[in-house]
Amino acid sequence: MEETIVQQLPWSKGQAEEALLSVRDMWIEYQAARGAVKAVRGVDFDIFPGESMALIGESGCGKTTLGLGIIRLLVKTAEIKRGQVIYRRDGAAVDVRSMDEEQLRQFRWQDCAMVFQSALSAFNPVLRIRDQMYETVKAHRSASRAEVTEIAHPLLRRVQLEPERVLRAYPHELSGGMRQRVLIAMALLLNPPMIILDEPTTALDILTQRTIIDLLRALQSDFRFAMMFISHDLSLAAELANHVATMYAGCIVEYGTVNQIFYEPRHPYTLGLIKAVPTVTGDFEDLSSIAGTPPDLIDLPSGCKFHVRCPLATRRCKEEEPELMHIGPEHAAACFYTDEVERQADRAWEEIRNPQGEPL
Amino acid sequence: MSDDAVRSTTVYQRTVKDVLLGIWGSIARFFRLMARNRLGFVGFLIILFYFIVSFLGPLVMPVDNNTKVDRIFERPSWRHPLGMDHQGRDVLSQVVNGGRDILTTALLAALISTAIGITLGALASVIGGGVDNLLVMVADIFMAIPQIPLLVVLAGFVQVSSMALLALILAVLSWPGLFRAVRAQVLSLRERDYVEAAVLLDLGTGHIIFREILPNMMSYIAISFAFSMTGAIYSQTALVLLGLVPFSSQNWGVMISIAWTRGAIFYRDAAVYILAPVFTIAIFQLAMVWMTRSLEEVFNPRLRARA
Amino acid sequence: MSLASSRDVPLIEVRGLGRAFGSRRRRIWAVDDVSFRVPRGEILCLVGESGCGKTTTGKLIAGLLRPSRGEVRFEGQDIWEIERKSFKRYRTAVQLIHQDPYASLNPMQTVYEIMTAPLFRHNLVSSRAHAWERCIELFHIVGLTPPEDLLRKHPHELSGGQRQRVSVARALTVNPSFIVADEAVSMVDVSIRVSLLSMLGRLRDEFGATFLFITHDLALAKYFAWDGRIAVMYVGNIVEIADTPRLVDDPQHPYTQALLSAVPEADPELTRNKRRIALRSQDIPSLQNLPPGCRFHPRCPRFVEGLCDVQPPALLSAGDGREVSCHLVARQEAVA
Repeated sequence: MEETIVQQLPWSKGQAEEALLSVRDMWIEYQAARGAVKAVRGVDFDIFPGESMALIGESGCGKTTLGLGIIRLLVKTAEIKRGQVIYRRDGAAVDVRSMDEEQLRQFRWQDCAMVFQSALSAFNPVLRIRDQMYETVKAHRSASRAEVTEIAHPLLRRVQLEPERVLRAYPHELSGGMRQRVLIAMALLLNPPMIILDEPTTALDILTQRTIIDLLRALQSDFRFAMMFISHDLSLAAELANHVATMYAGCIVEYGTVNQIFYEPRHPYTLGLIKAVPTVTGDFEDLSSIAGTPPDLIDLPSGCKFHVRCPLATRRCKEEEPELMHIGPEHAAACFYTDEVERQADRAWEEIRNPQGEPL
Repeated sequence: MSDDAVRSTTVYQRTVKDVLLGIWGSIARFFRLMARNRLGFVGFLIILFYFIVSFLGPLVMPVDNNTKVDRIFERPSWRHPLGMDHQGRDVLSQVVNGGRDILTTALLAALISTAIGITLGALASVIGGGVDNLLVMVADIFMAIPQIPLLVVLAGFVQVSSMALLALILAVLSWPGLFRAVRAQVLSLRERDYVEAAVLLDLGTGHIIFREILPNMMSYIAISFAFSMTGAIYSQTALVLLGLVPFSSQNWGVMISIAWTRGAIFYRDAAVYILAPVFTIAIFQLAMVWMTRSLEEVFNPRLRARA
Repeated sequence: MSLASSRDVPLIEVRGLGRAFGSRRRRIWAVDDVSFRVPRGEILCLVGESGCGKTTTGKLIAGLLRPSRGEVRFEGQDIWEIERKSFKRYRTAVQLIHQDPYASLNPMQTVYEIMTAPLFRHNLVSSRAHAWERCIELFHIVGLTPPEDLLRKHPHELSGGQRQRVSVARALTVNPSFIVADEAVSMVDVSIRVSLLSMLGRLRDEFGATFLFITHDLALAKYFAWDGRIAVMYVGNIVEIADTPRLVDDPQHPYTQALLSAVPEADPELTRNKRRIALRSQDIPSLQNLPPGCRFHPRCPRFVEGLCDVQPPALLSAGDGREVSCHLVARQEAVA
């Protein structure tokens, strides 16, 4: 009997036992020539049925690795060092890490489907869409072609595609936006309670992005699946998320409801990100950049991994790495100076100063 | 002058000592890079060995030209590790001396064909249009003709008396392969952003070809060069075996030919006589192929930086 | 050979610019009848979705492509009609910054070699020591530190943001007066984008550089070109040009309106309550099979049959320095 009891996270919106998916203490490492890449370092979160969570971070923060790790689709050089991925359905709970090949096969797609970027590489270029769909379903559950076609038709119509035309087509015959919609329809073929989406709107045009975003919103409302989407695009989180987790150097540095993250950020990195992204509507606002670059995941700095770029950093930040701390209802941040962040949130990034503690 | 300026000028004042150290450093780095791929390094060492033995060996071990009728097809012994040939002459000395001509010709042929291939390939893709079409057609024609029969026909018309001429003929027959590859590569590299940047900065066609495009093809060119050499060696050996090249000089190919015609295959003891040159050539070719694995490492700065 | 003073003549002007691709039988016009001016020291943003022709326009202005129709004028002269010497002057005066930091620098060269190639080629420095100094100077301008270390490195040892700065520094070696930034910050992390844009802005403020900023990101266009203008492109045409604050606040062309309404904003209240404009169709017109009349009409919510599907609208002035290419807007203007 594997261990499926997990620690309660004080900032979770409900009891851990009610969550659809609970990730605890996830550590993933890659082997590279120079050393071990610590891509994911101690990540905890819950996803509840029907809700959407955004995992926001820039390149190299480990978010895609985390997403792939949950459904165990990592490359051979990557290893989940430790952690629990507890999935609950119909009252039963199971650790995805302990599933055997057969269970995993059914888990992927029937319980948790993944939508990748709409790039051509997400498809097999020599298979027509209908064959691709059939292969996908068959890989996870036995079904006949007729069955798959029957399920596919209404789904394709639901994503505003012409079923006949699209099923017959090859991937390169469809536009990026159409491919993304096909991928979404494919994810819904087996009606999973959870979908993970990796950069669903990146590399798409504005109008196409709008279609996809509205579509996801409508589909979630109809089918009631939980969504976890991984992106560097804050505006996507603003559109679709209930909860947002910002990720930096392999850790979640802040977790909260979408309003908390955007209007009451408590981690300097989250604050910096928000100040760096412009809006189209409204007056001109001054933006800031976060100085420096993301850390090398092989040779991480000591203490808080963000201290090198943080205007509030003190000697303590250099020596001690803060853990995610409960700071409000459904709100947590991994920083010793969340009060400072609150006090100086309205200043420009360049003007934020550390008034207390010993500066670096 | 600012501190930076002072520091920067001293960077560029080098002494002879610095230059020599620089060269030594480059050689050491070259060895280190070749060593990164084990098989490649083994191949590299073997090739090095062959060149040293073939060019310096004859000074140490001259060809044994003394006919010793009582020692025909003698078996290998400690004093004559490869035994004796049909005239009682030491086989080992023949092998040691037999490489120089073959390797020189192969080197020459590879150099000429690589030079032709690169020049024409770069020109064709940069000039484009009618010139390009013409060159491609010519290359196609050359490639369609089977090499050995063509060599046979040529040998009937041309007196192949010198190594250089032979090398030239071999080169002329093998340039199309590299030409097409270079042309394709240049056509694709021309679209790269950094080439466009060079155009914007008006750096000139010469700079673009030789400083921007070709360096990015170096590993490919080096590997093609290696294979040109192996091809040239095969061609030479074939020509000699077919008796089309009336060389009198010492040569592995000649050894095989003579051993064959002198009936070495009929004497069990004489097997070494015919096998020695065969294996010598085969091992050289194999070492060349292995060495190409290391050549990739040498020409790729991404890998070079970690050396 | 214009007699007008250089201050009156716009630095860059394109008239009726067009560029076709493909064989004689099946030509597609990636850029079709584009006209605009960029006065000295100004910023013009070229905004549009993929396939609208903005990158091709950038390359035409930079002289990397020859126009199939129309003219590109630099300081009043058609660049393809002038003699070699003048063309050479134009060549170094107009530079382009590429989008992909991983492709714009030759991986086989060191940063020093990359930087000094143009310096030596055009005799802009007298010695190696001078070249070194000049590189350090330029690196300070683009915010690259420490310059000495970076000069010795190869491109793959630098981050994306650093590479883009090297790209800009390289362009600056030849003292350009006009810079085309082709999606120059799209492939760089969000947290350093603004820093790059500020650096480009400083080039304009301190050195008087003129910019053509090409992007698909409207929010970025608004930020960077707040003091300048935005031109919106759709399938090879310009549909609207206006001063940035006016365009963003009160777009006139239905496509601009649709774009602005569709952009997701990084502000939950704002974006979830934003009024979205629904288009009549999702399909982007194919360049091989363009709709008759106005190219946007199959998707336009204000489509008027008999007017919009017959004649393509011209780019006309709509007051306040704005130009719009729409029959309905033209009608309103005529009435006003």
